[in-house]
Amino acid sequence: MSYIAKPKISHPGLRKNALGLTSRDYEGVVSTLCAGCGHDSVTAAIIQAVFELDIEPHMLAKMSGIGCSSKTPAYFVSQAHGFNSVHGRMPSVTTGANAANRDLMYIGVSGDGDSLSIGVGQFVHAIRRNLNMCYIIENNGVYGLTKGQFSASADIGTMPRKGMPNQQEPIDPVSTALSLGATYIARSFSGDKEQLVPLLKGALLHSGFSLVDVISPCVTFNDHEGSTKSYAYTRQHYNHVINVDYIHPSKEITASYAAGDAMTIYLHGGDTIILRKVDDTYDPTSRASAFKYLRERFNAGEITTGLLYVNETRAEMHELMGNVDTPLSKLPLDELNPGQDELAKLQADYR
Amino acid sequence: MVTANDVVIKIATVNGTGSASANGLLRKAIFRMGVPVVGKNYFPSNIQGLPTWYEIRVTGDGYHARSNRVDIMIAMNAQTYARDMAEVAPGGWLVYDSTWPRKSLLNREDITIIGIPFSRMCNQHFDGARARILMKNIAYVGAIAALLDIDVEIITTLLEETFAAKKKLIDSNMEAIKLGYDYAMEHFPCPLPMRVEKMNATEGQIIIDGNTAAGLGCLYAGATVGAWYPITPSTSLMDAFRDFCSHYRVDPETGKRTYCIIQAEDELAAIGMVLGASWMGARSFTPTSGPGISLMSEFIGFAYYAEIPAVIFDVQRVGPSTGMPTRTQQCDIICCAYASHGDTKHVLLFPADPAECFYMSVAAFDLAERLQTPIMVLSDLDIGMNDWMVPELEWDEDYVADRGKVLGAEELEEMEKFHRYLDVDGDGIPYRTLPGVHPKGAYFTRGSGHTKYGAYTENSADYQEVVDRLLHKWETARSLVPEAEIRFSKFNKAAILTFGSGDGACKEALDRLEAGNIGLNYCRVKAFPFSEEIRDFIDKHDVVYIVEQNRDAQFRTLLINDIDADQDKMVSLLHYDGMPINAEFVVARVLEEIAKGRAA
Repeated sequence: MSYIAKPKISHPGLRKNALGLTSRDYEGVVSTLCAGCGHDSVTAAIIQAVFELDIEPHMLAKMSGIGCSSKTPAYFVSQAHGFNSVHGRMPSVTTGANAANRDLMYIGVSGDGDSLSIGVGQFVHAIRRNLNMCYIIENNGVYGLTKGQFSASADIGTMPRKGMPNQQEPIDPVSTALSLGATYIARSFSGDKEQLVPLLKGALLHSGFSLVDVISPCVTFNDHEGSTKSYAYTRQHYNHVINVDYIHPSKEITASYAAGDAMTIYLHGGDTIILRKVDDTYDPTSRASAFKYLRERFNAGEITTGLLYVNETRAEMHELMGNVDTPLSKLPLDELNPGQDELAKLQADYR
Repeated sequence: MVTANDVVIKIATVNGTGSASANGLLRKAIFRMGVPVVGKNYFPSNIQGLPTWYEIRVTGDGYHARSNRVDIMIAMNAQTYARDMAEVAPGGWLVYDSTWPRKSLLNREDITIIGIPFSRMCNQHFDGARARILMKNIAYVGAIAALLDIDVEIITTLLEETFAAKKKLIDSNMEAIKLGYDYAMEHFPCPLPMRVEKMNATEGQIIIDGNTAAGLGCLYAGATVGAWYPITPSTSLMDAFRDFCSHYRVDPETGKRTYCIIQAEDELAAIGMVLGASWMGARSFTPTSGPGISLMSEFIGFAYYAEIPAVIFDVQRVGPSTGMPTRTQQCDIICCAYASHGDTKHVLLFPADPAECFYMSVAAFDLAERLQTPIMVLSDLDIGMNDWMVPELEWDEDYVADRGKVLGAEELEEMEKFHRYLDVDGDGIPYRTLPGVHPKGAYFTRGSGHTKYGAYTENSADYQEVVDRLLHKWETARSLVPEAEIRFSKFNKAAILTFGSGDGACKEALDRLEAGNIGLNYCRVKAFPFSEEIRDFIDKHDVVYIVEQNRDAQFRTLLINDIDADQDKMVSLLHYDGMPINAEFVVARVLEEIAKGRAA
């Protein structure tokens, strides 16, 4: 029941961030999802990430479409504006909002139905524009609100609770984003907060389109034997290829990394992330080798996770268009208006 | 008998041959002689090789509609020669390219045929296939100049303006003009008895199409985000906005832009972008046509319920489905008025000409922000893509944009708590906040059931309270939209009521009927929802002829729905063949009804 606000109880001992806020200040209303839903873990990870990044709550815009996942922006950062749009159309609303105000940080929460079926067109085109946003897919392979139909991310052979196994090729958001040129692509698991939080931080700070595909099991409709998106299956087939450490600009890099398996990525805003390679043959800056690796591991039955591709050099939407730095929504209207004299002058062409 | 400044010239060519610039030159030359003109394009849904026509009505009386008559046909397209010849009014003229022999079968005794060897002359004087084709078009302008007594000096000036930096082009174009001009002068009794004579009736006037004017309106309204998906006949609106922006909205020092045009992947995305940008506080718009409205409908309903401003231009074309994309109709009235599922209705504005496209664009942004709802500007292909003479556009320097009820950081700071959908002022319009301004302004925008406080609800009473308040807002909208133009000077029993591009033809028809001693009152509606005044107007007459350009009398239906207008009094005059409506049609239909015994 999303209209029930959480009681705000502040414990004096709660850790505060640079803004003097506690993690409680980044919470939202009470979740109405099923007990044990992976999405609630993702919500918790988002709260931790934005709290630790010292993001002013009202400078965040929470965007979503329709579905279980799309309800979740109500469950975090209630001091940020949220836009729960129509099914599969979150990317276009975010594109317009970002076009109007580039100063905000955009976090979009979607699901596999919302992004890979009804909204696959908008998902694809937001990537092409390199829209500066963090796009999270809470991926569980089924439609929850309509009670358990397969989504486009269901693997071949997956068994539904009732009926025949899925025979159609799944759409993998990660390889789709790779082929389209997304500039930050990660995959994680709702049950692995340690990996997920730094990935989300990197995604939020990345300039351009960042995708975080999170396997987030549906406890009600897709957590049984025969499902490839269950907690048990994911844990068994989980392959960390790269872990991420987020380094705040004010902090020095203190941990020591063995040469060859650590990689430093400098983000636009001055932040740094360190990639810790579990498989040191993996190159997260090469689309071709990332694609090859992902397919090979997929064929071996593994779910590859981590920061799978990153490109900090490509310009995001506003830079590509050459727009002013001031948010367009903040430009005074009278400055945008050429006035009567110019109107009189330009009409010479129409005589 | 010599008639001056009442002649219709129709030019039949093949599309993709550059005839548009030649036709524009001819139209401008007549206008520069101080004579009002109407320019209409009849073009195929095609890029190259199919028949296309341009019609110039020279109208000393300054009428705005097309005429249903062709006095002089310039038949440059052999493909359509037979039908072009058939279209000439008895006593008229047909000019053709006599380079090749004409089929003797195709002849008419009641018109004068004028053969001019355009191709042969141009082949002799110009090199290269492309130049020869282009110059053939310019040559017919020369011939028409001779036949109609159009001032060649003015044509020269126009060419000099067009090709200011390219002297060579001025010379070759003038050579082509002279080829046509001299040949006509030498072989035919020029000028013809139907001709153009200098007047002083175009001062303070311009010739512009509605899409350009609407694009200019968006620039002046301060729109910064335009999202669209290309669709005929609305495409030139965004093209115009882009051209104006590239001139007025680029910082000369940094080269950076204060506008953002996004070509969306489809209309579903285009309207989503507009809503995102408007939600964020930018003035944002999308131009489209009927099929786009169909795709946008879900989001339009969302914007109605979540109360987000949006400006949508629907440049209507012939439906249903793909229909005839390059022909005109007013066929999206009901689809726009009630776009989307559930109980929704939307404010519509009906510009009658390009000047109103300009002013109503600005009004649309003000209304959208004031009412926090989508505003649709319904023009059509006739207004959007044809050339209309209108009074020079003026900008009121004292204009202050209406940004509506938006709470700023200071106001929020002082408030105890902000509630998004509360009717604080009693006009049905709540206060809104923009993201990124203040943490207290935050709320969750949703299309699902919500209470007046903005919270999710499945409670019947809470749901109903909000949708009832939206009805109250609708009544506020009724008092804010532009008022109808009403001519109610006489105690006539009958009247004409129309909207949008029907205006020109109806006003001309009123003059003609008046000349035949049939006096009718007139009401031209500018917006939906309708005012009490419109209902009074209908009530005061025995018969009201509702003139509209669709098959199903959509506007009449809307009048019945919205203001319970008396069905028995409203007689539909429907013109929906895809061509712009003309006065002859209106006059003939009114006379037909009178003959049936209706009141006049």
